[in-house]
Parts: sequence; structure tokens; C-alpha cells
Amino acid sequence: MIELHRLTKRYGDQAVVHDLSLSVAEGELLAVLGGSGSGKTTTLKMINRLIEPSSGNVHLNGVDVRGLELSELRRQIGYAFQQVGLFPHMNVAQNVAVTPTLLGWSAAAIARRVDELLELVELDPAAVRDRRPDQLSGGQQQRVGVARALAAAPRVMLLDEPFGALDPLTRQRLQDSFIRIRRELAVTAVFVTHDMVEALMLGDRIAVMRHGRLVQVGTPAALMRSPADDYVRRLLDTPCREARLVNALLATGAADR
Amino acid sequence: MTEQLALLPRYLTAHLQLTLLALLFSTAVSLPLGVAATRVRWLERPVLGVAAVIQTVPSLALLAAMVPLLAALNVQSIGFLPAFIGLTLYGVLPILRNTVTGIAGVDPALTEAARAVGMTPWQQLRRVELPLALPVIAAGLRTATVWTVGVATLSTPVGATSLGNYIFSGLQTRNYASVLVGCAAAAVLALVLDGLVRCLAAGGRGGRRRRAAAAAGIAALYLYAGLTLAAALAPRGGRPVAIGAKTFTEQYILAHLIGGLVEEATGRTTTQRQSLGSMVVFDALAAGDVDIYVDYSGTLWANELGRDTAGTDRAGVLAGVGAHLRDAYGIVVAATLGFENAYAVAMRAADAETRGVRRLSELAPIGPQLSMGGDYEFFSRPEWNALRDTYGLRLRELRTMDPALMYQAAEEGAVDLISAFTTDGRIAAYNLTLLEDDRGAIPPYDAMVLASARLAREAPDVLAALGRLDGAIDAPAMRRMNLQVDERGADPAEVAADFLRGLRGRNPAP
Repeated sequence: MIELHRLTKRYGDQAVVHDLSLSVAEGELLAVLGGSGSGKTTTLKMINRLIEPSSGNVHLNGVDVRGLELSELRRQIGYAFQQVGLFPHMNVAQNVAVTPTLLGWSAAAIARRVDELLELVELDPAAVRDRRPDQLSGGQQQRVGVARALAAAPRVMLLDEPFGALDPLTRQRLQDSFIRIRRELAVTAVFVTHDMVEALMLGDRIAVMRHGRLVQVGTPAALMRSPADDYVRRLLDTPCREARLVNALLATGAADR
Repeated sequence: MTEQLALLPRYLTAHLQLTLLALLFSTAVSLPLGVAATRVRWLERPVLGVAAVIQTVPSLALLAAMVPLLAALNVQSIGFLPAFIGLTLYGVLPILRNTVTGIAGVDPALTEAARAVGMTPWQQLRRVELPLALPVIAAGLRTATVWTVGVATLSTPVGATSLGNYIFSGLQTRNYASVLVGCAAAAVLALVLDGLVRCLAAGGRGGRRRRAAAAAGIAALYLYAGLTLAAALAPRGGRPVAIGAKTFTEQYILAHLIGGLVEEATGRTTTQRQSLGSMVVFDALAAGDVDIYVDYSGTLWANELGRDTAGTDRAGVLAGVGAHLRDAYGIVVAATLGFENAYAVAMRAADAETRGVRRLSELAPIGPQLSMGGDYEFFSRPEWNALRDTYGLRLRELRTMDPALMYQAAEEGAVDLISAFTTDGRIAAYNLTLLEDDRGAIPPYDAMVLASARLAREAPDVLAALGRLDGAIDAPAMRRMNLQVDERGADPAEVAADFLRGLRGRNPAP
């Protein structure tokens, strides 16, 4: 479905993504996991050409994305990111309807689609349809952001830490919603995150990146079984280490301080 | 006051035409340029730099600079066009700068979202960047609107009618009611237009109705300005005879006098082009944008012919100037009015007596104790150089001021000497005395009615009518008329009409 072949992105003589090859199967969710500066966001943005690679290429359904008109390419890929980027001068319905409008859908079809999507992301269409983005909570805004990304029924979604700025409880609710939505729509997705738990929960496979290079890619179980190096081992161990720390604190009563 | 208000429709309409058209073009230039500057980053600095440089040119100078520029291009250089172009240039910077600032200020997350949902660059601009930058762009438009309304009052000296006509002629004839009407009308117009633009960009609840109302108001104003402008530009049976006037009382009176005479004797319509700069009006006559105005032989002798001003006789200067104008420009001297309005140096009469000064040659020894006021052009005119060199004048201070205020300044002692005109009734009224030019440094200044080559060729009837003014006004008569306007607050047009009535009595029309 998505093929990245020897992708490299250089700014000056600094390579932020180095000779990266990956493939994502139809219907699969690939979690790209890495710290700041690992090149995970740059990699994601080269898929819908928000960033153009210095060398290498990306194929979507066997078609080189460089051969497609930019707007045409992006209209068939859903995109959601941490800053959400809802247009403040449009109401919720208009925001969700952006891509269908660009594609020239009829007003009736758009209105139907907007309500359908708002329900899909667990918002009450009647209540939020006419609101401005700044009248919504952060979690609601990101639900609208996901609805906008899904509006034109894309086969592929790119997500760049979409839940990264939310509080833990809201984040968990959105993750649960997203798992359900993805199961319903069987959409192929690349999901960038720095959160190990999120990657484990959502990813069919996990690609670990560090310093612009792909360190290891595989199912969560495979990674657990045989981590490629010490970095991956420590990364995978993070949730357990944190749990141990919390337990230890509770045991000594330090949490009551 | 009522006669001032009667002029309001004409002045306000002309002001509106200039302002609205200039703003339309300013916007049409700066919006695309501003957008281009945010797309092509290296454009931003030069584009904003050039606009800023235009802005630093004093507004009056910017408008005045259009006159020789347009004349060099052989297009109409006096009137609507130079004012319109100058105003358009002046309005560019605020709109341009705010367009760039507004678009550059759009949250990068939103432009990323716009690209990611599949907008083309044009859709991104129209659907996201322009709507979000709109409040900032509208603020720039409002600044431009207020500036343009204000600066448009400076269109008068380049020959375009505007509310500035009230201000310029009012200042010269000490008619402060006229100045006030001009300022108040411009201020009200600025507030109204600013309010319309503000409503046009209004957001929020109820914004839609206010936007619609503002848009309708603006459309109506443009329609009105467009229709009146088209009507003014439409060719009617021959264009009116354009009569020019420089920026002082005597010129206003004479322009009205000539206009009245021409209308009465030939049945042609005339139009006044008042408050023009001294060189502007001459260039306009040479180019045929102005048909008739009064100039003074010595002025042209010195400025146009570049001759030495000393030791010249009246008849010789008149003949020399006439021949030169005919040969170089085809300009015809239609009449010599019969009085001289010479540059002279005036001093408080009491002061002159205590110091024992009657002649300019007696001034040199006490020069370093004296200060002198001159009108806008005096100290850069050849006559001043001649005076300075002939009499060896070394004065303590030279101050340029408005001619309407010079006499008062001399009387109050703010300056000791002023440059004066010999026909000015205020010399006596302010207890001043003229110092004799005993070495003949200043040339004679016979008032001459000049007619453009085109008028001389196409309108012999006008030329014949002007001939009746030959020798018709002597110096005391001119001084009396000037004093009536300057000190008694009479309207120049009425003073001119009075004189014409007298002329008819003496010299009945055939």
C-alpha cells in the first residue's frame, strides 16, 4: 500500500532522515516511534509531500507520489497532527467539510457526511455543527480534526502525534475511539508517536527511529522478544519501569507526601 | 459662510472622486504586490522599501513632482491626473505593509493544515490566508483611507479641485471661515469613509448585516463618483476656457475678473484653476492645460529668460518677454493691465524713521541687526540675489513664511523687513513703508495677461475680449481691490464683478 524506498532528507549537509526503507500493508497501522529529532515527523511528511525528499521515493498503491498533482495526492490522504489546525474562521461543519468541498461534492452529500463523521468521532452533530473551533475543548477539537482527516473517505491516514497535547484521560478516550474507528473503516495508517504505550496499543507493527535512521521494525511481540539493540530494549522497557517506580513509591508511602 | 457652503457640493464631489479612485488603485496595486511579497520572499524588502521611500516624500512635494513628470511624458500635467497618481502612490504603503504583515502572521499550523487537506496555493490564499489576514489588511486600508482624504486637500496647487480649495484660498485671503469649512468637511469625509471600511471588515454576530450595508454605501459612493467623473470628462461643445491663478489674492481677483469678462463677451464657459505654483502655472500654460493667466514681466524676465535683473527699463523688459514667449512657446500677451506689481522691501514706517532709512542703499550698514521674512519663493528667486549683491545686504536672519502672514509678522516685530508686493493694500494698512530701490536692482513687473498658443489659434474672440483689459487697471485700483479682500473680507469673485460693472460703464461692449 505505502512503500518508502531509500528515503533521505538533507538540510545542508545534515541528514535528518537517512536511507530509510519501509512498507505498510493494506489496512495496517504502522506506529513510528522515536524521540525528538529522530526524523519520524519528517518521514511522515514526505509521504504526502509536505516535505520533498532529497533522494529516494514513495509509492502509494504502486504509483510514485511525485507523479501526482500535489492537491490531488493530499485529498486522498487524511492528515491529523498535534496542533490540530482547525480553521478559526470556519465553524465545525465547514472545517470537517473542507476536503469534500474542494472535491466539489454536492451540499446535501456534504451535510450528510459531516453528521455521519461527527457521530463517528462521538460528537453530537446538532450541538457542535455550528460552533467555532475555539468554543470546543482540546479533546473535542482533536475529534473534529480526525473527522476532517476522514472526511473524503481516504484509504490512507497520516497521524502526527494527534493526541500528544491532551491530558492522559482525554487521550485514552480518544485512543479508544480511534481504535474503534480504524477497525470500522479498515483504513491504512502511519501513526507517529513518542509514547511507547500508545505505539503498543495502536500499532500493528512498530518502527523505531533514532537519529534519522530506522533502528528496527516489527510487531510489538517481535520487538519484545528480540530487540535490535540496547536503545530499543530500554525503550520497550519504559512502561514497565514506570509501573515499577509507581509501585515502589506507593509501597514506601512516598506518594502520600 | 453661505457662499462658502454653496461651493461644498462641487468641492466635495471632486474630493470624493480623487479619494475613491486613488484608494481603488492603491488597493489594486498593493494587495497583489503584498501577496506576491509573501510568496517570493526576496521581493518583500525591495517592495516595502520602495513604498516606504515614497511615503517619506512630503505629500505636497509628491503631488507637485507629478507635474513635471507628466509634462515630460506629454500627458495632461495639471489637474486630476497628477493629483490622482500622487495620491495613489501615497496610499500604497499602509495597505501593502498590512497585507504582508497579515498574511505572514497566519499561524503556520493553519497553512500546514490547508496544504495537507489538499488546497492549491490559490485556494490556500483565498480560503485561509486572506480571511484570517483580513482584520490586519482592513486596518491598513483604513489608514490609507484617512491619509488619502487628508492629503487630497493638497491637490489644489496642482490644479485639481478638492476641499483644499477652501483651505488654500482661505489662507491667502484671510477668510478663516473658508479654511474651517474645508478642514471640517475633510474631517467628516475621513470619518465617514473610515467607518464604512471598518464595517466592511466587521466580524462577529450581526456583522453580516453591517457588512452588507457598508458594501452598499461604498458601492453607492463609487457609483456617484464614477458617474460625476464621467460626466465631467465627457466632451461637451468645446471645453471651457481654463483660467489659472497663482497663490495670492491679486491673482484670485484677476482670474475671476478675466473669467467674468470672457463669459460675458464671448458666451463661452470658463473654469478656474486657482492656487497653482508659480512655475506650475507657467508650465501649464505652455502645455495648453491652462489657457489664460496673469504673470509679471520681471518674473518671466528673471526666471524664464534668465536675464540680469539690474538696470532694465519697463518697455524693454515687456518687449523682450513678449518676443521670447511668442518665439519659444507661441504664448501671446493678450493685454498689459496697466499696473506693476513689483517685489519690494517693506519696513515698519516708525522703525524706518528712527533708523533714518528710506532707501535700500542705506540698509547695508545696519543689515546684521535685521531679520527678514519672505514668501515661499522669494529667497530662491533671482531678484533676491540681485538685491543682496547690489546692496551688499548681510542680514541676521532670513525666514520663509506664508505671504498672508508676512505683513502681520512685520507689524508685530517678529521680523524687521519683509518682501512685499507694491500693489498690496496691506502695506499702508499695516503701517509699513516701502524702501526705494535706488540702484534699480529689481526689474519692472508689468502685469500681463498671457494666452496659450492653442487659445490664440482657436479663440480669437477670447483674445479680442481680453484686449479690453489693456491699460484698464492702474496700481491704485489694484491696491484697492486687494485691500478689500485682504482686510475687509470681501470675496475675490465679488470684487472682480464690481470692477467689471465699472468697466462696462466706461467701455460698453460692442
